[in-house]
Amino acid sequence: MTGSELLASLGKLFGQKLQAKIEFRGETTYTIAATDLREIAKFCRDDLSFDYLIDITSIDNFGEDPRFEIVYELYSMTLAVHLRLKLKLSEDEEVDTLSDLWPTANWHEREIYDMMGIKFKGHPDLRRILMWDGYPFFPLRKEFPLEGLPSEMPDVAFTKAASLEGGPFVTRPSTATTKDREPRARPPEL
Amino acid sequence: MAEQHATAYDSKIEGNVIFTRLDAAFNWVRKNSLWPMPMGLACCAIELMATAASRFDIARFGAEVMRFSPRQCDVMIVAGTVTYKMALAVKRIYEQMPDPKWVIAMGACASTGGMYRSYAVLQGIDQLLPVDVYVSGCPPRPEALLAGLMKLQEKISGEKSFAAQKPEWTKKLTGAVA
Repeated sequence: MTGSELLASLGKLFGQKLQAKIEFRGETTYTIAATDLREIAKFCRDDLSFDYLIDITSIDNFGEDPRFEIVYELYSMTLAVHLRLKLKLSEDEEVDTLSDLWPTANWHEREIYDMMGIKFKGHPDLRRILMWDGYPFFPLRKEFPLEGLPSEMPDVAFTKAASLEGGPFVTRPSTATTKDREPRARPPEL
Repeated sequence: MAEQHATAYDSKIEGNVIFTRLDAAFNWVRKNSLWPMPMGLACCAIELMATAASRFDIARFGAEVMRFSPRQCDVMIVAGTVTYKMALAVKRIYEQMPDPKWVIAMGACASTGGMYRSYAVLQGIDQLLPVDVYVSGCPPRPEALLAGLMKLQEKISGEKSFAAQKPEWTKKLTGAVA
């Protein structure tokens, strides 16, 4: 089976459930519903030989509803095919875990929970992974300020807001001269 | 049988006796055997290792004995980015070091948070520990760390060690003189 046949069989079986298909530079992306994730992922692993889950990431589309987006990057080692699955999730929704299908999903999902606050149903150990247990915020959400917020956990950890001094100092991509490309204070547009 | 004379001159110890102030003797000993606690947290630790290795050779300043137990250390070299998650662990290790103890903040991150103006990074270890010497650089070259160490030695040689260590004796002695 070649890569295109592989993806065609996915389309045939789940035609209704694949909401949108995007082809870009040889990469295929399917948008699916959060409730269909496990069924499709299991089929991809068992029948389509997607044996490698490269990464799971999340996007915060602040101000939109549904707010969050989760991106699954699958890869087939045997056929060298890449497949991307995307699903949207509103703030109070949960998504099924994939940690029993690909063990690597365990830590990826913990990181998403830690940074975005998205919960995974059926995850065996949904603790924070980078920040400490008990930290009250989800730092990669758009409404969370870059400088941080003060928090206090006696004997464990604390945080204070960092002084940005007019920053963050960012540069813009352009072909202008070095003088114009120099990093300037540009607060995030929120 | 040889005749014995009581003299003020003892040839056995003459030449081996020096007179000095107690503080000067203390400080001389302390500043030339500063055992560092290598608190390596980021890339500065690589420069710290280079400082300890043969090309730069921190042993020339008596500070080659990097001990990974805080109980045996005199100076904590905070080398790298101190995240909030690590901050209280650093403080705890500092508190486990026996007195007298000093702190060198090595590099921009340990001194001020450096380029990490973010929610996760402590903006300078001096918010938690009493820092003696700040070494600038990102990361500082080994020479800069050695310069910082020499500054610390300079600082130690001016300390009132005896008064700090035995306040009750000092009180008694100054009382007797007055």
